[in-house]
Amino acid sequence: MHEVDMTRALVLSMHSWREGHRPQEPKVSRVNLQVGAFTCVEPDQLLFTWKVAIANSWLEGAQLAIEPVPLLGRCLACASIYSPEAEQGYRSPCCSHPMEEIVSGRELRIRSVDYELVEANPPPNSQPDPAAVI
Amino acid sequence: MHMPLEDNLGLNLLAANQHQAAHNREHFDAWQLLCINVMSSPGAGKTSLLERSLPLLANDFAMAVLEGDMTTQLDAERLEAVGVPVVPITTGRSCHLDAAMVAGGLRLLRQRLDPASLDLLWVENVGNLVCPAEFEVGEHRKVALLSVTEGDDKPLKYPVMFREADCVLITKTDLLPYLPVQVERIEDHIKQVNPRCVVLRVSASSGVGIEAWHLWLHQQVAAQRSALLATPAPRPGSAAAPLSLAR
Repeated sequence: MHEVDMTRALVLSMHSWREGHRPQEPKVSRVNLQVGAFTCVEPDQLLFTWKVAIANSWLEGAQLAIEPVPLLGRCLACASIYSPEAEQGYRSPCCSHPMEEIVSGRELRIRSVDYELVEANPPPNSQPDPAAVI
Repeated sequence: MHMPLEDNLGLNLLAANQHQAAHNREHFDAWQLLCINVMSSPGAGKTSLLERSLPLLANDFAMAVLEGDMTTQLDAERLEAVGVPVVPITTGRSCHLDAAMVAGGLRLLRQRLDPASLDLLWVENVGNLVCPAEFEVGEHRKVALLSVTEGDDKPLKYPVMFREADCVLITKTDLLPYLPVQVERIEDHIKQVNPRCVVLRVSASSGVGIEAWHLWLHQQVAAQRSALLATPAPRPGSAAAPLSLAR
């Protein structure tokens, strides 16, 4: 269940991001992640642990959107881009060259955060403006 | 007024961990030591390898070990027995060491000795082929172990770990005569996911291959020393920009 630790790392990164907005308070509606195929992260597991992790926290209600990024390699023999397959030993189909250069697939990236800034301590009876909801 | 905003971060999910890892590395560089992160599945022989290697390397290097273990301090006790200072780091539920845990281990280590007196700092990670591959701790080199009993398909099943390693040790080679496994196939699979890493065959119990492994270590310590001479280490805390994740 290493996604628990990944989620913890994600929440930590979000905390640091939040600090950068002080004294204002960001209300996050969505975190846009890119998750490469050649990482240790299973997107479905991450979605589940995210929901658990943000319950009753300042991130509660924030959606996690995961954009999968395929594994792509560049064949160093002929420079063509290919999709490495474990069954083929990650070799390039064109020249049967080993997977030396990874073009994409190692991403574990917070691409962007959708949010709005609210006052740090809003009065208890203040209602969010419905028009502002994305 | 409410305005929908979007911050384009382009930030690694593990940014907080990477920042702490960079901070650890600054300390390692200021202390002029080489830090090696040793990783493998449980039971591949990390502790046995260190038990074999540390007494032999002690003639050439001053060393210490940060020993990651989920619940017990059994491995730390084994390594203390060979006469090298060991700081146990119990990770609890976590299946890997992260940079903050290693920073905590360094604080404990500094209570016992001056890290600047060390040449080599070992980080023995928690046995796991998945998570440790993604969580940097500030190490200069990653060493992955794969025992011959685990089967030749593991580099393909857990490619990230073997892709990240600078050196892969195929361990327990003394068992090869008793196993239906071809060590060449293991090597081939490692090279498929990581054509650039060094692959060595070792047996901690018979000692075969240990000399080549130690030669690799000597080369890495020497390479790190020349790298530090070329670019002197910054004062810890001065180089890595403060963690700024805002716009």
